[in-house]
Amino acid sequence: MGLTVPGAGSEPTEAELAGVSPNFLTTRLDAVANWGRANSLWPMPFGTACCAIEFMASAAGRFDLARFGMERMSFSPRQADLLICAGRLPFKLAPIIRRIWDQMPQPKWSISMGACASSGGIFDTYAMVQGIDTIIPVDIYVPGCPPRPEGLIYGITLLQKKIKGESISDPTLRVEHVMDDRGFYLPPQTIDEISEPFGNSVHQTRSA
Amino acid sequence: MTEPSSSVVALRAAFGPAILRDRISCGDTIVWVKKERAHDLLAWLRNTPTQAFNYLTDITAVDYRDPERPLEVVYQLRSLHRKADLRIKVPLDKSGPLEVESVFDLWKGADWLEREVFDMFGVTFTGHPDLRRILMWDSYAEGHPLRKEFPLRGHFTRAEQTRQALAANPEAHYSVAELSIVEAYDELPEDVKRRLAHGERGEVK
Repeated sequence: MGLTVPGAGSEPTEAELAGVSPNFLTTRLDAVANWGRANSLWPMPFGTACCAIEFMASAAGRFDLARFGMERMSFSPRQADLLICAGRLPFKLAPIIRRIWDQMPQPKWSISMGACASSGGIFDTYAMVQGIDTIIPVDIYVPGCPPRPEGLIYGITLLQKKIKGESISDPTLRVEHVMDDRGFYLPPQTIDEISEPFGNSVHQTRSA
Repeated sequence: MTEPSSSVVALRAAFGPAILRDRISCGDTIVWVKKERAHDLLAWLRNTPTQAFNYLTDITAVDYRDPERPLEVVYQLRSLHRKADLRIKVPLDKSGPLEVESVFDLWKGADWLEREVFDMFGVTFTGHPDLRRILMWDSYAEGHPLRKEFPLRGHFTRAEQTRQALAANPEAHYSVAELSIVEAYDELPEDVKRRLAHGERGEVK
């Protein structure tokens, strides 16, 4: 890192090094790469409902996402590395969020913001995806209906913590999941299990 | 308002046996009409100067839980000059084909309204120029969601619903003309052309 040593070509002596200012540091590659990744996330906002209003509030002056390195909202998936799904996802939007996810380059992460994105919320109906984890992989779930900006920011700091624990030498982290020949990204049993009714929804039968 | 609308008297004089019944509910006049004469009657309401219902507020439908009861297509009309409203209901027997004549030729705004009723209730509007689904995607195979026999969570398993949704082509919702602004450019109004020509992306043509 820019270290200039008098009498280059031979090993510097300790006496020579003592006169040079300590303008280099040593670190692990993982630490420095993760430090950069975690603190300059470029979010792709996928706002479909009231959660998007809270997301906008998080990005605006009072809560100021820029403090966490998210100054730049990326409205193009190809220049984004964090997909934030803020709001309910109808089945009609499922192929669209999947295409956006596929267009994002690695490394990439996703946050499912709010009850509807995480579980379908109150919309246990024919039209609604019961959790976006049946469509794309999700790193962080933020509960709430909608979550307050503090909730989202807490989720983002959790994601930063998660990123700082990753290793660039671990090939399993950056695997792209592709559609199998039956048209599924997840086994059908898994999708059915994730989509099971819970809470008040269990009192509604499928024929209700 | 408890007096029946003057339209009811005029309708009974003009269409007699085609009028099934009428009543006032919450101040709104409702007239039930046989489906065979529905289009004639709606055209008459639009074109007769004393009626002049020139604005079609909404078309919707009601499927009642009682299986004996017919499905009703509802037309909410308004006369902008006379500041008068009228609701026309056309019962469709569920044992027969759910078909009624399109009113697209009377009110252009009926286009998407009839597509929505077709999508949600499965009512076919004969003579509609472009009767496609409008809310659900084109390849949606579970039926018509607002019918009472349709289960809340749909007919298929969640896995099958997810698979079919992901297999749908998002662009397939749009007609070619809707997708291609360049081809439609010549038909655009002048002010829109000007705006597009000097947009941030520069010249369209």
